Amino acid sequence: MSIPGSWFLVVAAMLFTVGAIGLLVRRNVLVMFMCVELMLNAVNLTFVTFARMLHDVGGQAAVFFVLVVAAAEVVVGLGIIVAIFRRRAGATADDLHMLKG
Amino acid sequence: MTPLLSLLVAQVPALRLPQVDYFALLPEIVMAGMAFVTLGARSLTRRGLPPAVWTLVTMATGLASGTLAVLLGRRVETHGAFAAVDGALAVDGFSVLFLVLVSAAVVLFALAAHPWIEREGEDGAELLSLGMLSASGAMFMAAANDLLVIFLGLEILSIALYVLAALNRRRAASGEAAIKYFVLGAFSSAIFLYGIALTYGATGSTNLARIGTYLAANVSTHGGLLLAGLALLLVGLGFKVAAVPFHTWTPDVYQGSPSPVTGFMAAVAKAGGFAALVRILFAAMPTLRLDWQPVLYALAVLSLVVGAILAVVQRDVKRMLAYSSISHAGFILVGVVAASAAGAASVGYYLLTYTFLIMGSFAVVTVVGGPADAHQDLEDYRGLARRQPLLALGFAILLVAQAGVPFTTGFLAKFYVLTAVIAQGGYVLAVIAMLAAVAVAFFYLRLVLVMYGWAGAGAGAGAGAVGPVGDADAAGAGEVVLPAGTTSLAGVGAGGGGEPDLAVLGGGGGLALATATSTGVEQAISGEGLVAAPEGLAAGDGDPVPFPDATKVVLALCVAFTVVFGIWPAPVVDFARHATLLFGLR
Amino acid sequence: MLAVTITIPDLVTFVLAAAIVLVAAIGVVVSRSPVHAALCLVATLFGIAVLFVEQNAEFLAAVQVIVYAGAIVVLFLFVIMLLGVDREEAIGKDPLRAQRPLGVLLGLLVLAEVLVLSRLSWPIGQPHVAGPVGGPSSNVADLARAVFTTYLLPFEITSALLLIATVGAVVLARRPPRSAGQPGAATGQPGRATGQPGGAIGQPGGATGRPALDGASQPDAADETGTVRSPEREGAPR
Repeated sequence: MSIPGSWFLVVAAMLFTVGAIGLLVRRNVLVMFMCVELMLNAVNLTFVTFARMLHDVGGQAAVFFVLVVAAAEVVVGLGIIVAIFRRRAGATADDLHMLKG
Repeated sequence: MTPLLSLLVAQVPALRLPQVDYFALLPEIVMAGMAFVTLGARSLTRRGLPPAVWTLVTMATGLASGTLAVLLGRRVETHGAFAAVDGALAVDGFSVLFLVLVSAAVVLFALAAHPWIEREGEDGAELLSLGMLSASGAMFMAAANDLLVIFLGLEILSIALYVLAALNRRRAASGEAAIKYFVLGAFSSAIFLYGIALTYGATGSTNLARIGTYLAANVSTHGGLLLAGLALLLVGLGFKVAAVPFHTWTPDVYQGSPSPVTGFMAAVAKAGGFAALVRILFAAMPTLRLDWQPVLYALAVLSLVVGAILAVVQRDVKRMLAYSSISHAGFILVGVVAASAAGAASVGYYLLTYTFLIMGSFAVVTVVGGPADAHQDLEDYRGLARRQPLLALGFAILLVAQAGVPFTTGFLAKFYVLTAVIAQGGYVLAVIAMLAAVAVAFFYLRLVLVMYGWAGAGAGAGAGAVGPVGDADAAGAGEVVLPAGTTSLAGVGAGGGGEPDLAVLGGGGGLALATATSTGVEQAISGEGLVAAPEGLAAGDGDPVPFPDATKVVLALCVAFTVVFGIWPAPVVDFARHATLLFGLR
Repeated sequence: MLAVTITIPDLVTFVLAAAIVLVAAIGVVVSRSPVHAALCLVATLFGIAVLFVEQNAEFLAAVQVIVYAGAIVVLFLFVIMLLGVDREEAIGKDPLRAQRPLGVLLGLLVLAEVLVLSRLSWPIGQPHVAGPVGGPSSNVADLARAVFTTYLLPFEITSALLLIATVGAVVLARRPPRSAGQPGAATGQPGRATGQPGGAIGQPGGATGRPALDGASQPDAADETGTVRSPEREGAPR
């Protein structure tokens, strides 16, 4: 065990935080999706680190499933975006003002 | 065999596949498999079969999987609960209850969606198969005994619902609802997943039973990580079940999605989320009860209060139902706070009755909504009793049942939740819940009164001169006077809430109002100027509201369930009482 | 307690990869153009893959590069190009004033919590539940064994997820139906009429000039023709 696991966990936590902040701060829907990807990657890193620390391959298996979920989510999310923004130009969340709140 | 290969085979120990108990999986397999078959059949028929075929297939699927779930329940009763597929799935009374619930929701969804499919010219096979897939996700969530299975079930449920929410492509609001739902849903999924990761790190497993035994054996060795994981899990599920303060997506998404989908979303997403919540908290983390109970207490109180207050000031019926669903979520959380076997059973009972109430309500909203779900204003419901007496009667029964009037399942659901929490000493929470129930009852009664033309609603009060609060002559019961007070309050609240159209109405639109008595104020705003276009089209008598056969059936089913089991509660209550968990609290 | 067995190459690799991950992640958040954000995302994903390799997860590192960088980011870029939304976003203005400070505040809170946590010893649960990692057999074999035994059910139900993604993409990407006689097709013309700024408040034509058929679906129709970008005010204040 070379680099202590906690270092990786801190990196993952910071990455998750950056992703969450980005999701809250950015208005461009595509960039918001990318921030979700950042968050999912932080989770992946956490899982892999715990897998090493616990000597348990279960954490790596979890990453496997997260990858599938991320792929499915991106496909559907981008499908929704394409369906909406074929009608209009621009993809900022401020253009979504039909429903209030 | 080459030497290299034989060397490999010798080195790798034999793979012992876990035993798969297919009978335990059958309800989910039928649900997901029939969705696949439906899609295949749809793609093989070139011009498409009539929508009724898909509706019938979906109903049959729901019935089949419900029947299988009941058979599974028999087996659980005789042989006891068990874990299947290497401990990934828990087959117990609790999961059986939710399997039946979701199957019922699928049957009702097929019926409620049928008029919508025919009206909007959408493809029934796609809508219904996505609904079935989504339902299979909810089933996996309810039966899961592993955090990863819960997560995958959650994603199956949610991703299908994102697509369903976007399905009304003739209405721009539908896509907007879908994207809002998607962004917030993906955000909450990521949070939930991070919670799973931290819990995994702190306990060494994602299996709920293993987590439970680990936590029971190693008490409070390292709190921080596990508590952080628990908090993230609660936030993630709080988003899914729309508990305050994670509710902000609910009104917009409910309003923008196709009406039958909204009902399905309300019933199934809530059921799946609460099933997972109960399962995680009760089966894996009962030892942390003192940590999660106060959090859920706060969420329950907030949901009850905010849901009740905001439901009353809405004018859009779908938004009202969204806020009322938040208030319902608060009630169900009360049952979770109870943290007992009775609490779990009351949560199951509440969700089962709520499924019928909300699916029936949204079936009505679907037909009243008209093309592209446009008529959702409170005024569109004015005089519904004259236009479609039976429809209005059924809707009224479902609404008063949601309000918790005795001799309905809605009352019993609230009663059991309160009993469960009082048995654990939560008197304050019970009182808050009852007060919130009274407050939110005003909203249901106002809608009923509007349908029967007994009360002026928000718009009338906002416009001042033309808001005849005509309940003075409508029975001297005190019950009727009170809603009138709230409605005028609501009107003022709506007017003061920075809604320019009401001000315009009060001034310039007065003439138009006077002729139309009341209007649905769907206006187009162009450039800089406000254009208040009264489009309610003589809403006093309004457009003729159709009452398709499918809606008749779904309404009859929902009303029958609500009233019959409200008066004769024994079967359903017994069913819910068997909803105990395989692991954890008993 | 630490720093005894850390070798220099390990340390250098870790620091470099972690720096790439975090800097590129910040780049995703602050870059104005979505294309730049996507490129920063690729850098983050590569950094994560390196961190995976460092922790005996070679298979996942490969999958990370192939699936994420190879498929997901390409999909992002494809959509960006397809929609032509690579125009720059004005980061400076934000209509939701409270949201940005709130987001930053939240982030700082979480960060502080992380730093506090990092000083504690990160706890470890029960080891070896689903099989070892970094043992004598290869990573792929270990992972495959876990996926096909302990995680067999999750593995099977991901198939439903992929089916939904496929069906969803097909359903969403199709053109909306426009059957004759339906409001969506029928009301293009009146939709334009209401959108004109000259429309007065009373607008006598507004009430009478429209056929009853298209009553309240008007704003939608207008929106769909693309001539009017009008906020449809449907709800009441919350």
